[in-house]
Amino acid sequence: MAAPAQKQDPTEARLEGLTLPDGAAWAREAREAALGRVRAMGLPTRRDEYWRYTDPATLTQAAAPRAAVFKPTDEVPLFQGVDRLKVVFIDGVFSPEKSDDLAMAGLEIDRLQDALAKDIHWAKDLYGTRETAGQDPVARPLAALNTAFATDGIVIRATGKAEKPVELIYLHRDETSDAILHHLVRVEPGAEVTVLEVGPAAARFNKCMEIDVADTGAFHHVRAQGRDHERRAVTHMFARVGKEALYKSFTTTANGVMTRNEHVIEIAGDRATAHVAGAALGDGHYGKFHHDDTVFITHDAVDCESRQVFKKVLRNGAEGVFQGKILVKEGAQKTDGYQISQSLLLDDDSSFQAKPELEIYADDVICSHGSTTGAIDETALFYLRSRGVPTDEATDLLTLAFLAEAIDEIADEALREDVAARLREWLERRRRG
Amino acid sequence: MLDIKGLAVKLEEEDKQILKGVDLSVEAGSVHAIMGPNGSGKSTLSYVLSGRDGYEVTGGSALLEGEDLLDMDPEERAAAGLFLAFQYPVEIPGVGNMTFLRTAMNAQRKARGEEEISAGDFLKLIRAKAKELKIDADMLKRPVNVGFSGGEKKRNEILQMAMLEPKMCILDETDSGLDVDAMKLVSEGVNALRDAGRGFLVITHYQRLLDHIAPDVVHIMADGRIVKSGGPELALEVEKNGYADILTEVA
Ligand SMILES: Nc1ncnc2c1ncn2[C@@H]1O[C@H](COP(=O)(O)OP(=O)(O)O)[C@@H](O)[C@H]1O
Ligand SMILES: [Mg+2]
Repeated sequence: MAAPAQKQDPTEARLEGLTLPDGAAWAREAREAALGRVRAMGLPTRRDEYWRYTDPATLTQAAAPRAAVFKPTDEVPLFQGVDRLKVVFIDGVFSPEKSDDLAMAGLEIDRLQDALAKDIHWAKDLYGTRETAGQDPVARPLAALNTAFATDGIVIRATGKAEKPVELIYLHRDETSDAILHHLVRVEPGAEVTVLEVGPAAARFNKCMEIDVADTGAFHHVRAQGRDHERRAVTHMFARVGKEALYKSFTTTANGVMTRNEHVIEIAGDRATAHVAGAALGDGHYGKFHHDDTVFITHDAVDCESRQVFKKVLRNGAEGVFQGKILVKEGAQKTDGYQISQSLLLDDDSSFQAKPELEIYADDVICSHGSTTGAIDETALFYLRSRGVPTDEATDLLTLAFLAEAIDEIADEALREDVAARLREWLERRRRG
Repeated sequence: MLDIKGLAVKLEEEDKQILKGVDLSVEAGSVHAIMGPNGSGKSTLSYVLSGRDGYEVTGGSALLEGEDLLDMDPEERAAAGLFLAFQYPVEIPGVGNMTFLRTAMNAQRKARGEEEISAGDFLKLIRAKAKELKIDADMLKRPVNVGFSGGEKKRNEILQMAMLEPKMCILDETDSGLDVDAMKLVSEGVNALRDAGRGFLVITHYQRLLDHIAPDVVHIMADGRIVKSGGPELALEVEKNGYADILTEVA
């Protein structure tokens, strides 16, 4: 009997154009399992509680909405002055010509599809594992979609102290590119690596990074999301942090019509540390700006510290969202959890919505969270002006001061200075018009 | 230097007249003091001269070297040479004291069409000036006024004044909250800037600052007006008898 004509389910509509990439049997299995998760969960809609403040429609629709490539040459790439290993993707495709040799003392680096084609590879234990764990208690279907269909990516295993950072450079050249990248980072005991990410990547970008920081390992992440005004991105960082290990992630975002950055971190070993921070500059003048930071940190060990520091400067109708949770499990005593999300609204048209959450099942913990929305401090502004600093320059100075607490989360001084200088330049450029 | 005539000011948001016709002229090279009871309008005068929002000028004029101050933005007044040492210096978390001062200095220079000061010259200058005011390197690095004691804040105001070398300096109760040593440092800082080309308007509650900074003229302000002007002896009279006598005398 013929089924009655039906409006196609949006999840199936998205899946229709995608094919599961080839790979070793285990990889194929991981991808099929992920596809099963996507189908079971369904792609998100505005009706989902977790997407209450951000409309996922353009992230889930079948084709990527067009995004103009914004003057790729008029800005000096970030971290130019830093000695690093460059890994370049153009519209989500690895470019061997533009990339450095994937070799460095202390690191094993492979392309994702090469790792996933091998019968035996360390990636087997990680691919899709953190993502699957991160689906509970909140569903993250776009991450499962990524695990199923990611076409490219990089896998990094740190076995020692990496001599320099690895920089993932995401170039955007095609107005309709729809990129799905999946990266893996495994930090072995006592090892340390810094991963940098720079660039708009594609018209629409779905990125997933799974990170396993073993006991006493250290992972640093500094990201600058490209300023192409029309680009869209949904990114997930899934991490497990072992005993006395360190996880530190900082993101700066200037423009982009739609950005949803999720961090899902499980603090699994005693005396571990996890910090996530973000500094966003949103200006609706260049088109719509919507930026959503969604963070879920689970404390499941004793004497651990976590910090969430998110700052947003919004003007001309820009929208900011923060959803941040600290979950302290039973037995996770002596937890020190800190969360702050603040927005600086430079006009009445812009908006900020925050949903800070604490859920605590241990009694010996210190957890604090705060969220504020404010305008520029008029008293400070007048003080600066009375010393001769013009209003717009004074506003920029106060804006950078507002972002400072987030920027200070970057541990490396050279990287921190680079990011701070870039934010200063962006503001200056804007001021000059 | 500074010529104020019939300056009348009300609050913007309220129907409250605060200055009711202030007349005052400070010549280059002189120090004028304003004394007066709390609430008489001394700080309001200093704010209106420096261009703070929230006040409405309902009459009169204020000129700096013949230029209409009231027509300028606060930053233009600063570039023109006006400086106010605040009664309550403002804390600016996240902005380093040095960055603050260098930005201010260069902004003023730019507005006047002068060249910016080099990083090296700035550093040399600020180190020398800070030393005279016993401001240590740590205070220079810290965010503007954050965590400073009352005395440190006031010394920081004087440091800014010394760096910016304004033509017309207004000091609003710079002595309040200072111990004897800090008072000496601040006064020495001010006295070091006394110059034939510079005018001072020192607002104070007490005679004791005027022991260190000898004024040429003393004015008494009450209820939004200058009610009496005289020589340094006027300050001593206030110190001895309070304001009551003077106020009855002029009433
Ligand atoms: N922004 C303001 N809002 C309300 N009242 C004000 C404001 N500024 C000044 N005033 C009032 O104006 C009067 C003069 O204040 P002020 O200039 O601070 O006096 P002084 O410095 O001589 O003590 C006081 O009655 C004070 O309460
Ligand atoms: Mg006062």
